Amino acid sequence: MNIQKLKGSQIVIETLIEQGVTHIFGYPGGQVLQIYDQLYNNADRITHVLTAHEQGAAHAADGYARATGKVGVVLATSGPGATNLTTGLATAMMDSVPLVAITGNVPTYFIGKDSFQEINTIGITMPITKHNFYVTDVTKLADTIREAFRIAKSGRPGPVLVDIPSDVQAAETAFMKWYPVEPFQEEIAPETEIMKAVELINASKRPYIYVGGGAGSRNMGEMIMALAEKIDACIGCTFMGISCIPSEYERFLGMQGMHGRYASTKANWEADLIIGIGVRFSDRATGNQKAYVENKKIIQIDPDFSEINKNITVDVGLIGDIRNAVTRILENVDKAEHPGWMSRIDGLKAEAKGVRDHYENIAEDPFTTMKIFDAINELKTDETIVTTDVGQHQMWAGQFLTFEKTRKFLSSGGLGAMGYGLGAAIGAYLATGIKPVMITGDGSFSMNLIELATAVTYKVPVVVVLLNNHSLGMVRQLQAVYCDSRYSATLPDRRTDYCMVAQGYGAKAKRVSDLDSFKAAFTEAMASEEPYVIEAMIDTWELVLPMVPNGGTIEDLIIDKEQKKI
Amino acid sequence: MRSVVAIYVENNFGVLTRVAGMFMRKGFNIDTLSVGETEDPRYSRITVTFDGDDYGRSFLLKQIGKLHEVKKVKLMKTDNNIEREHMLVKVRNTTESRAELKMAADLYHASIVDFNPDVICVEVSGEPSIMEEFLDKMKPLGIVEMCRSGIICIDCAGNIFDATE
Repeated sequence: MNIQKLKGSQIVIETLIEQGVTHIFGYPGGQVLQIYDQLYNNADRITHVLTAHEQGAAHAADGYARATGKVGVVLATSGPGATNLTTGLATAMMDSVPLVAITGNVPTYFIGKDSFQEINTIGITMPITKHNFYVTDVTKLADTIREAFRIAKSGRPGPVLVDIPSDVQAAETAFMKWYPVEPFQEEIAPETEIMKAVELINASKRPYIYVGGGAGSRNMGEMIMALAEKIDACIGCTFMGISCIPSEYERFLGMQGMHGRYASTKANWEADLIIGIGVRFSDRATGNQKAYVENKKIIQIDPDFSEINKNITVDVGLIGDIRNAVTRILENVDKAEHPGWMSRIDGLKAEAKGVRDHYENIAEDPFTTMKIFDAINELKTDETIVTTDVGQHQMWAGQFLTFEKTRKFLSSGGLGAMGYGLGAAIGAYLATGIKPVMITGDGSFSMNLIELATAVTYKVPVVVVLLNNHSLGMVRQLQAVYCDSRYSATLPDRRTDYCMVAQGYGAKAKRVSDLDSFKAAFTEAMASEEPYVIEAMIDTWELVLPMVPNGGTIEDLIIDKEQKKI
Repeated sequence: MRSVVAIYVENNFGVLTRVAGMFMRKGFNIDTLSVGETEDPRYSRITVTFDGDDYGRSFLLKQIGKLHEVKKVKLMKTDNNIEREHMLVKVRNTTESRAELKMAADLYHASIVDFNPDVICVEVSGEPSIMEEFLDKMKPLGIVEMCRSGIICIDCAGNIFDATE
């Protein structure tokens, strides 16, 4: 292989290309001038996408990664460039998304002197990255970036930041092209532990498979359905597990938890065995964690050893390569039939249907979100990627949207970062060429709608479905339950004309307030080659139901307003 | 419950911040801390004592083990190990204190390392509980200033902590 003498900034670009990066999302600035100069030189080899704000760039890189499974790359300057990345990095950290962030910093001889746009990026990002590097020696730059990719995609993925002072970017050293790095080898669960899990499954009468983001990112849908068939189990998922299992699959009950579907939320409390695959048993998904584990056995299968016994105590923990673990369980477990449990599941499904009809009946405004999502399900394709922001619209999307394929639902689950969706949609589109739909609310959209500018520039034909209820609905709903309906700062009297704003950015827009106009607008938007914002004017007071309050058990399940006076 | 943990880390820029930061992030307080190079200069050994119940301890140690630059984390046994702390203590130099100090120094194998007409500086090392006893003896004499190394701990001979295993 030929060895060339290159500048640090060239090494950054060459290493990214070597690692298979096609798009890099970022924002220029004083301490990344040289890297941008190299991007200018290499525009035919790597595409830089300029966002309106570094947070949007981080979310775009995240969307790129979630839609493809590849490592997303984001680039920002020192100081405010780096601080603006933090929400995006924390989002990727909480949802285990492989990301490499490159930041410039002031030259090493200016470090620590409160120089212009100097900030201790490493210190700030330490708790919100899987690892971070501060590079002071140009000879170590290429290997450090390679190591960053390796850490980002190994085991439980996550974001890694590489901070490069500008004098290191300018320094020269020998560079040799290398290969895309392979992830670290994963542990294989020992046979004895696998057999313990198999015994628990064989002994179970009411098995429930609980699927999380870890299973989704490893494309385990088919394997999990095969397991469910063999052991006669039903399947539920976490918010992050949505789109891992096809919604139409008869054993699949959908998302469980605080704002989960009725049937899965009930079934996972009634099960005598939970098989958690790539889940962390988070407080939002289980409710009261002490009560949750009573009268049931729990198997947890996760790539991250620190997740075992973290939130709840499990009976068997299988660490490492989770595809391998599930395959071996599938091979060894007895074929079983649980007619009683299955008829209970059918009963729960029927009850869930009843609950749904009940919601339709009590709705004061016929333009309900259920109907809006039904229309979206009908009009989107199996390929459509859906992203969301955070709030009521996000939970409705989690409850009502249906998916046929994996990696089609991108949302900020762990961190719950409002303003995630538009950046993510842009990244996902540029990575896959698949038309994205972004679901948002008026609160979240106001946070990062500036990225409409990016969508227009890069011709991202995103369909934005803005569910405008003129309130910060999720917090308002919490205030209804916990604060005696005293709505503090959640009913802002904003006069924003979102259609005019969207048009101002160069996007198409339409306001609708009934189902037929929504369907017409959505059909038109799906055919459009430009960004298209549909502002759907919905009832201010619609709630996300059912709901298990914070720390509650299934006994506390709130079905409707009358029951708990919401 | 008081716990002593030994952490082998790569000798890199900022590694102590990562480890100490993890105690803070997960809600634990560090009681004593000592850091130094090991038999292999690529690694440092961090010894921390902290307070936590069984669950908290296991939770925290897993989180520390996950840090990229941490090679190994080991919870030290409560028996069958050797724990030491090293102290430098300055006490008032008076006619009365000199005699007392001399006795205590003999008993605790402490040595006088410096003095002037006002202050005597003693150096002492030993088991942490013995060090507390020594300080109790010094308090009535008037401790002017002191510094402690933090606890270091190693398993009894034969139990070798192999960071690479």
